[in-house]
Amino acid sequence: MNPSVILPELILLTVTFVVLMVSACTRDSGARISMWLSQLGLIAALLAVAAQIGAGGGVWFDGLFVNDPLSIVLKLTILLLSLMVLVYSRAYLSARGILRGEYLALLLFAVQGTMIMASAHHLLSIYLGLELLSLSLYAMVAMQRDSKAASEAAAKYFVLGAIASGMLLYGMSIIYGVTGTLAVDRIAGVLAGGEVPLVLSLFGTVFMVAGVAFKLGAAPFHMWLPDVYHGAPTAVTLFLGTVPKLAAYAMAVRILADALGGLAQDWNAVIVVLALLSVAVGNVIAIAQSNIKRMLAYSAISHIGYLLLGVAAGNSAGFAGALFYMIVYALMSAGAFGMVVLMGADGTERDALDDFRGLSARSPYYALLMLVLMFSMAGVPPFAGFWAKWFVLREVVGAGLPWVAVTAVVFSVIGAYYYLRVVRLMYFDEGEGEPVSPGAGEHWTLSLNTAAVLALGLVPGSLMLVCLAALGA
Amino acid sequence: MPLLSVLLWLPVLGGAFLLMTGSDRRAGYVRWGALAISLATFLFSLPLWTGFDTGRGGMQFVEELPWITAFDIRYSLGVDGIAMPLILLTTFCTVLVVIAGWEVIDRRVASYMGAFLILEGLMNGVFAARDAFLFYVLWEAQLIPMFLIIGIWGGPRRIYATIKFFLYTFLGSVFMLVALLYLQQKAGSFQIEQMYGIGLPLDVQKIIFLAFLVAFAVKIPMWPVHTWLPDAHVEAPTGGSVILAAIMLKMGGYGFLRFSLPITPEGSHALSEFMIVLSLVAVVYIGFVALVQKDMKKLIAYSSIAHMGFVTLGTFAVFRIMDNGFGAGATMAVSGAMVQMISHGLVSAALFLCVGVLYDRMHSREIADYGGVVNTMPVFAAFMMLFAMANSGLPGTSGFVGEFMVILASMRAGFWIALLAATTMVLGAAFTLWMYKRVIFGEVANEKVAALKDLNRRELVFLTALAVPVLLLGVWPAPLLEVINPAVDLLLQQIAPHKTALVMLP
Repeated sequence: MNPSVILPELILLTVTFVVLMVSACTRDSGARISMWLSQLGLIAALLAVAAQIGAGGGVWFDGLFVNDPLSIVLKLTILLLSLMVLVYSRAYLSARGILRGEYLALLLFAVQGTMIMASAHHLLSIYLGLELLSLSLYAMVAMQRDSKAASEAAAKYFVLGAIASGMLLYGMSIIYGVTGTLAVDRIAGVLAGGEVPLVLSLFGTVFMVAGVAFKLGAAPFHMWLPDVYHGAPTAVTLFLGTVPKLAAYAMAVRILADALGGLAQDWNAVIVVLALLSVAVGNVIAIAQSNIKRMLAYSAISHIGYLLLGVAAGNSAGFAGALFYMIVYALMSAGAFGMVVLMGADGTERDALDDFRGLSARSPYYALLMLVLMFSMAGVPPFAGFWAKWFVLREVVGAGLPWVAVTAVVFSVIGAYYYLRVVRLMYFDEGEGEPVSPGAGEHWTLSLNTAAVLALGLVPGSLMLVCLAALGA
Repeated sequence: MPLLSVLLWLPVLGGAFLLMTGSDRRAGYVRWGALAISLATFLFSLPLWTGFDTGRGGMQFVEELPWITAFDIRYSLGVDGIAMPLILLTTFCTVLVVIAGWEVIDRRVASYMGAFLILEGLMNGVFAARDAFLFYVLWEAQLIPMFLIIGIWGGPRRIYATIKFFLYTFLGSVFMLVALLYLQQKAGSFQIEQMYGIGLPLDVQKIIFLAFLVAFAVKIPMWPVHTWLPDAHVEAPTGGSVILAAIMLKMGGYGFLRFSLPITPEGSHALSEFMIVLSLVAVVYIGFVALVQKDMKKLIAYSSIAHMGFVTLGTFAVFRIMDNGFGAGATMAVSGAMVQMISHGLVSAALFLCVGVLYDRMHSREIADYGGVVNTMPVFAAFMMLFAMANSGLPGTSGFVGEFMVILASMRAGFWIALLAATTMVLGAAFTLWMYKRVIFGEVANEKVAALKDLNRRELVFLTALAVPVLLLGVWPAPLLEVINPAVDLLLQQIAPHKTALVMLP
């Protein structure tokens, strides 16, 4: 076995332990060192993943672990986003006294979990990665222990997350009972053989779909999402809203396409319902929010709905569209939550929509960046969010479901209203407040993040090709 | 030189540059910069006219580059006789808008000029795009600058108006998005011309036609989805109203000619009666609505809707005319619609600028606040007289040519259609001239009017610049028709042969 196969994971694990040791041996000064170490570790892991490009993949560890183009694309995105998250949240965390070694170690464990999920090729490793991710996230949400909202959010997240894991496990156990294996490719093989009881395998499929929908935050399994996004410290919300989504996407592909691809006829009707419900619930309820974190949480639900439309198309091009959507959404979400984090970087929480009032007069540059992000989320060209919607809609229409596409776009018009409201508050209304004054690192990260949203809107072609290639479409 | 690319990118990049380098302290630099960029764009658009081959109807000045290779979406530009005059109108009006906003806009000057220049580039691109998604991206992208223009520099109810404007237009265009995606599946290409004549079944054509209709009817706008327009016009700053009326409304009419008619000829034919009825409602009913307006801008906005009714009438009367076997009348109907679009672009721009001239002095658009302006502003009164006459379709002005062509052609579509359409000659004259009378003539109404100063040099420049083409097109429309007619003939060839062959096809 070639150890370079799991080199990125090994690097990350080593750095995590070093960070834990450093934080155990030092007092407050250790946080800065740990921060640097974590960033270096992420960069090193990023380079290690980049070195795997074109190295020829394969399945390792008795089918537990796979290296394929999809896992590489996902890992690159995950590591890049984690790095951005760290840059955005440094000032925010230290102003609230939660920039500690434990926090960074938890975050790195969570990233590790997502990496494992990206490469999981076995229901066991999927579940392991998921639990590593989720348990770290529960603790991260509760990190600000004097905040009532955060504790409540953590408790809700934990309970509902446990239920979701339970459903997923139950589904997995049924599939295991039916097929006699946990390896993704062998499940597909047995199902294709056709000598399994269909009702039982559908029963298992439904439970697994519910588990995946829970983790993605698709309606009607979305209840935890607004409360957790709202209650968690914004820096944690920023992480929650970006990196784990990619892992959830990976889980969806591995389970639905790779393992249960043979049952696509049966699960895609369920996915269509989940997608349309998410689009409707997310977009409509977001209008009523007065807190931007809650608003973006409902917006996340609606975006997951659009993403699921790609999944509902049921072919590899559809999954490629969903991957493109996920990457673009993670970028937009990182920018938007990053902006909220930067606004609260001095220790005062500024997460009400009204805090954006008159922002263009105080900080025209950051208002412009937020404008780009909002229009992109609304799906207005020439920004990346448009092509994300375009791609999944194309696959939905191609799959012979034009009316589903029409329903989805009508809700996107409803959704445009609340994104426009943010622009309206920033540009058309007068308001008082402090200008946004982040450090150089945050400034450049946000600028590049937004520039990427614009650039991907003007020339989306290469990322589309990458996504298509990653899914073998 | 890739002329069309220059017309698309020069204003966009120039506008973005001004946006980044300009500030209110350097307002002079921004104004002169914007004027230079818009003038340069206008000059670059002139070779389109001089180098245009009037002998053929197809695309000219064609450019093509790969854009999104994964799906064969191309950066392909080109103009025919339908698009080219609209591009010239765009570049011309933008220069006027820059001049008109010269001293009036003193807040966020760089954003104002930048937004209009970016808008200009995007609009040029819309008329030049030959790829469906290049078109769609540009079509949607221009909502952003217009949204900001109305929202930042607009009147008291600007936020309501601009959000209504955005959502209406956005709702309209998403249906077009799905329709275009569907068409790509059938045609195997995103090139608009490849979507022509692919033999869709009639039911599908009707649905696609309706999807396009929502997009274009909102934009042009047709009754009953016109309600965003009066709000947007009243609240928009003068420059915004000018661009909205002169260019953005034309995109709806352009869309009918570029997409609806050639892509879904049988669908258009089947629904043409419906379209004619809607157009006549716009002409007659909206004409009456305009009559009772108290706000000058609102009045001109309603008059725009009525005039756009002529555009859709000419466009869809074509099917009845062809059914009745009058080939030449068909060309006249569509060409008349085109001339009406160009003429309305000039005249409505001029009228909104006239209202702007008064508003800058009096800060009121209410007709009741005026009276006897001729006593203090005789030169202005003369100009406004010309444009008011053009708006009511007086022979000798450009307004007459288009309306007359459409009425004449619709005579061949049916007597009652022509009769109802012709009521515009009465109604148009009534609402425009009555407004003119109340504002301009009579005794000096109040002290504010008594203190008015006549046009300054800047205002004289842009009103003269508009008066010349209005008169020129009125007395000598032949050069414009020479450009338009071949393209219209080609369009009619594309829609005619399908008329008989619509029954079969799976």
